[in-house]
Amino acid sequence: MSEVIVITSGKGGVGKTTTSANVGTGLAQLGNKVVLIDTDIGLRNLDVVLGLENRIVYNLVDVVEGNCRIKQALIKDKRYPNLQLLPSAQTRDKTSVTPEQMRKLTEELREEFDYIILDCPAGIEQGFKNAIAGADRALVVTTPEVSAIRDADRIIGLLEAEEMKKIDLIVNRIRMDMVKRGDMMSMEDVQEILAVPIIGVVPDDENIVVATNTGEPLVGSNSLAGQAFLNISRRIMGEEVELLNLEGKTGFFSRIASWFARK
Amino acid sequence: MGLMDFFKKKNSGDVAKDRLKLLLVSERADCSPEVMEMIKNDIIQVISKYMEIDTEGLDIQITKSLEDGKQEAAPTLYANIPIKGRKRTDSK
Repeated sequence: MSEVIVITSGKGGVGKTTTSANVGTGLAQLGNKVVLIDTDIGLRNLDVVLGLENRIVYNLVDVVEGNCRIKQALIKDKRYPNLQLLPSAQTRDKTSVTPEQMRKLTEELREEFDYIILDCPAGIEQGFKNAIAGADRALVVTTPEVSAIRDADRIIGLLEAEEMKKIDLIVNRIRMDMVKRGDMMSMEDVQEILAVPIIGVVPDDENIVVATNTGEPLVGSNSLAGQAFLNISRRIMGEEVELLNLEGKTGFFSRIASWFARK
Repeated sequence: MGLMDFFKKKNSGDVAKDRLKLLLVSERADCSPEVMEMIKNDIIQVISKYMEIDTEGLDIQITKSLEDGKQEAAPTLYANIPIKGRKRTDSK
């Protein structure tokens, strides 16, 4: 049975597109047929994060307007043949598509794919309404900052008003060193404020910047963020996966050190 | 800031959490400043029937209640109404 998932946040720049690229690629690595849809019309970026920007022929608006068939617009990923991208249009705006058309599109894609992942634009206007229209569940991305959490709360309110069946939270870009000295809200703090289940915590990781530079999602790599994203993909599939040790210390000596530090 | 305040200084993470909790309670209650003003005026009208109150010093806001027993803090309408004096009623 296929699932349509929207990745949203309200605030811009918290990592929606990075999360979409990595979670989508992660689900493909785990053997699913996945399509990623960039719904950010006018400001497309998922193509460039995935390194597929040179292959675009048709886009989301072309499909919706009937200028081409869905198959013609889908771009196969370089690394995983079971991962495809439906890019957004760059020269149009959010009003080029309606929620009704998005619902129809996602219904059609269900026949072909296990997971349909929608990368939502920032904001709460038309673009947001389009992106959530056909979704079964939502992943709300936030960072441990007041502005991102406030916007996440607003988005969660809107999703509940639209009767979204399942809402989970991803806390992105957490810095354990800052949490430890009390200068950053912890995962528990964010959970307490927003009262939505957390499906994953992703550490602030330089490797994300490197991966985006080269257009290759780092999910599944040895980096902490790469592992965190793969764990999220697993949890989406319903697996029980323990939370990652974000401090990255599992050695014998560090365990002894942390035992002493607890005293 | 006194010396004691310095030692008691909260971590910025806790400050952020407390600020957000307060802010979100009023935002979730979805009370615009206009609605709050209308509530305030109605409260003045009602209370003024029975007491002489300081309308300038009246302060209402939505906060979370710190009621014991419950895990979730419920949004609460808080009103601070300074009383000037009891109104003389001519009931008898």
